[in-house]
Amino acid sequence: MSRFLLLSCLLLTTLIVLAQGGKHNLGRVPTPEELQARDISVFPTGAGLPPGEGSAKEGRNIYVARCASCHGERGEGRGANPPIAGGLGTLKSEAPRATVGSYWPYATTAWDYINRAMPYQEPGSLSADEVYSVTAYVLYLDGIVSEGEVLNAKSLPKIKMPNRDGFVPDPRPDTRTQTR
Amino acid sequence: MRTASRRSFLIASSGLAALAAVPKSWGRELGEPVRPYGERSPFEKSQRFYRKSPIPETGASGTPLQDSYGVITPSALHFESHHSGVPQIDPAKHELLVHGAVEHPLILRLEDLQRFPSVSRIHFIECAGNTSGDLASTPRPNVQRSHGLVSCSEWTGVTLKTLLEEVGLKPRAKWILAEGADACRMARSIPLDKAIDDVIVAYGQNGEALRPEQGYPIRLVVPGWEGNVCIKWLQRLHVADQPSMTREEAAGYTDLMPDGKARMFTFVMEAKSVITRPSGEQTLHGPGFYEISGLAWSGRGRIERVEVSTDGADSWQAAESQEPRLTKAFTRFRLPWNWDGKPTTLQSRCVDETGYVQPTHDELLAVRGKNATDHYNGIKVWRVLADGKVTHV
Repeated sequence: MSRFLLLSCLLLTTLIVLAQGGKHNLGRVPTPEELQARDISVFPTGAGLPPGEGSAKEGRNIYVARCASCHGERGEGRGANPPIAGGLGTLKSEAPRATVGSYWPYATTAWDYINRAMPYQEPGSLSADEVYSVTAYVLYLDGIVSEGEVLNAKSLPKIKMPNRDGFVPDPRPDTRTQTR
Repeated sequence: MRTASRRSFLIASSGLAALAAVPKSWGRELGEPVRPYGERSPFEKSQRFYRKSPIPETGASGTPLQDSYGVITPSALHFESHHSGVPQIDPAKHELLVHGAVEHPLILRLEDLQRFPSVSRIHFIECAGNTSGDLASTPRPNVQRSHGLVSCSEWTGVTLKTLLEEVGLKPRAKWILAEGADACRMARSIPLDKAIDDVIVAYGQNGEALRPEQGYPIRLVVPGWEGNVCIKWLQRLHVADQPSMTREEAAGYTDLMPDGKARMFTFVMEAKSVITRPSGEQTLHGPGFYEISGLAWSGRGRIERVEVSTDGADSWQAAESQEPRLTKAFTRFRLPWNWDGKPTTLQSRCVDETGYVQPTHDELLAVRGKNATDHYNGIKVWRVLADGKVTHV
């Protein structure tokens, strides 16, 4: 217990020091435009999601044109390219198929990943509306949203993904530890 | 006269061997002049291993651990794992943005970072998926292919704590999202207590600038944690009140258990050791003396001790650990061994400073099942055959 208190005090002291800031006077202050342009972070609460919207209806054409050549018409994957749909109910089985629909806990994760990293050859080339639309289409493939459901910064974080409660914190060490 | 004849004899005898190959020069031709950037001997062929991939920018190459001496991995042989290729970055145009729940957001260039107080520390970096084939009972034939996604370097840079002190944290600061400048903008969230503990924003590796494939000009080094969080080509640090739940933390790098639940934020790479000599695909040339040598490391701290069995785990002997045993770094271990020429198995197990004992394959399989392929650290067994060939088990 005393060790816990000591660690807490140390952490508190560190945080107080950390809150003061700026003693080397190095670097420069970003402009609001630079912050706006570079900050693409998105959080499960929806923080960071930009304006814009889209549904699976618009997403289908974009998906077929930009995504299907790697991920398949129905998100089944192709060759070395992973499936992104299907696999619901397989996580306990001998051959689990972990996809966006069956495994990913947050819809914001799909939006963020598509926005960051997809399409593989041209990441960053989709507009915000297109990212909402493609996200909607990928979720629609597994019946998580309906075809006409409009996703935007308000509605996307409210989607409860099928495997939202499927994660546990790291319990390790989960094997033998000797007492010293 | 006596001296001259002796000299003639020496020249004649040393010349005998060289005569056929170098008839004119007495084996004493002048060598190469100095050069601006050194290369290894052309006789040395050790290199990283990787499979050809239809998606070549997304892949990994493994360190030839069987050829390594000591604990430092040469930068040119440090393992690689990329998700959208290696960007070529001009450091004069590269900037690191530190923002979010901070008092003074900052943009820092490499030359700014190099003016902060610096540290140099030796740490391993290990891919979470290293040795994943062994859990699934599809072991690779040699140590490079089974264990090569781990390397150890001396990293130089500024501590993340120093940078966070510079920008000043707001009370809601709890997590830090780090983002790379690669095409996929690789991003991972790191909890604040780790960030201010021992994380380095590194620009130096083994005495020179980072290699491009190691994140040039700057990368995160998150000691003891899975390699993926050591974001390369670092361009942004977003201080936030929550993790972002990027794909790599919310879906990738999670471990699926037999009950269908998955472990999330399994950051630490637990204690692991492997015999690198003799190891798979090497050959012992008859009975006699061999030094067994290998590497041990733990993401929780220092290696306390390493034990080696040469008789199928019937008995274990204490190996000698090379000092200094550094925290979250490779420790080289060695054991003198006389092989009697009979078939046997060789294996090592380590214990770290927390008392954690490297588990067996079966112990891990019993707890985690066969789908939890990341973070595998089971004991590696090599089989020695009667003809001296060493294979995986």
